[in-house]
Amino acid sequence: MRHDIIEKNIGLMIVFITLVISGGFLAEVVPLFFIKEVNEPIEGLEPLTALELEGRDIYIREGCHVCHTQQIRPFRAETERYGHYSVAGEFVYDRPFLWGSKRTGPDLARVGGRYSDAWQRQHLYDPRSVVPESNMPAFPWLFEDRVNHKGTAAKLSAMQTLGVPYTDEQIASAPDAVEGKFEIEALVAYLQQLGTVLSDKR
Amino acid sequence: MSTFWSIWISTLVLVVVFGCWWLLYATRKSQTTDVETERTTGHSFDGIEEYDNPLPKWWFYLYVATCVFALGYLALYPGLGNYKGLLGWTSTNQWEAEVAAADEKYGEIYAQFGETPVVELAKNDDAMKIGQRLFVNNCAVCHGSAGRGQVGFPNLTDDDWLWGGTPDAILETLHNGRQGNMPAKGVMPNMSSEQVDQVVNYVLSFSGREKDAAAAEAGEAVFAQACVACHGPEGKGMEAMGAPNLTDDIWLYGSTYKWIRDTVENGRQNEMPAQGGRMSDDQIQILAAYVYSLSN
Repeated sequence: MRHDIIEKNIGLMIVFITLVISGGFLAEVVPLFFIKEVNEPIEGLEPLTALELEGRDIYIREGCHVCHTQQIRPFRAETERYGHYSVAGEFVYDRPFLWGSKRTGPDLARVGGRYSDAWQRQHLYDPRSVVPESNMPAFPWLFEDRVNHKGTAAKLSAMQTLGVPYTDEQIASAPDAVEGKFEIEALVAYLQQLGTVLSDKR
Repeated sequence: MSTFWSIWISTLVLVVVFGCWWLLYATRKSQTTDVETERTTGHSFDGIEEYDNPLPKWWFYLYVATCVFALGYLALYPGLGNYKGLLGWTSTNQWEAEVAAADEKYGEIYAQFGETPVVELAKNDDAMKIGQRLFVNNCAVCHGSAGRGQVGFPNLTDDDWLWGGTPDAILETLHNGRQGNMPAKGVMPNMSSEQVDQVVNYVLSFSGREKDAAAAEAGEAVFAQACVACHGPEGKGMEAMGAPNLTDDIWLYGSTYKWIRDTVENGRQNEMPAQGGRMSDDQIQILAAYVYSLSN
């Protein structure tokens, strides 16, 4: 029996198992690194401003992505409610992606401009004051804590290293742009730009 | 996708499918019989031996069937690089078909009301049932499910309107949205704390609620300088600016001294987001009629 050779030689078995497992990876994932449809930004897409980027980090810190997705699938039921389905070119500057996988709350891929800033603030301060049946937690500390501007330049710089086209001037002016801002301002700024580049409904 | 990646993907996918097939037959070579026997593979681990029986038939054919299914699927759907598949399916054209079917089904329902004037539409029960659903889905998060609003978000059931309550004004509000902006201290950025107190007392005096009559009297001059441009000389507001009437008992941001003082000192900004583009014109027509019906 020739499979004795594999079964008794663990190194060889590892090689074969790796080959079998990577079949899907090589066919489904590797080409995506090189295909332009998923690597080129859509027209008009700009990197987040310093304040929006800090807002995004607050979004991650508070775990918003655990209950909210940022990905509208191409089904009518979704596009009727949320707007144009998401396209790959919208996310090329997103690191990491915040597509999420569970909708306890609604999708937020195109929440930008859907409600006023005042509504967003009130909703984050006390969700049930505007949506009585909501089970979203309140985030009142965002109204007391200020953005730590000391790390902002480093964050933009890291993004630049990852290929997001920030200019050196943007990085240099980043700390000033966020210094003294409340966290709620950063978060609302981030939310209000979500999905606005692809603005038509369909 | 470039030809290279197309070939890369196609080759890998086909190698995997046929590789699975090959694996099945390759490991079956030593099989000499189709029935179960007592024969073992010949090796023994701590005295434990392994039968060398054929694979169960159902399992064997199911495995073959999955390979055949994979090939059929790859022929019909786009799984091999740039090959489009015999069905020509894409997620986009499936979505377009869904939307087209829905537009055909529901478009008529909206279209029958789209041309009807708002006032007339507001008396149509069927249209108002649709309008209520549109309102609950799109407007209730700010204005409340009954349209009664709350602090910062106007009540739509009374006859007081910031931007006008005529059908045309409501349609304009829905289509293009409104930007409400009360600057801090009106147009008098250097207003002193004392002057703020005076103007708040003056505003309260419109409804006979001033705390300090002398301050209210002094506030008239401050009001004339800081507030008149939008709220008018008598404080009755101006729809063109979205400036509220200060003489009635309807207060978007609270009616007490404390609230009004906060409004004067810090200003108020809010926005009615434009719905044009989010909803069809027919839907907005029905929605406008529903909003109109809340107070008429």
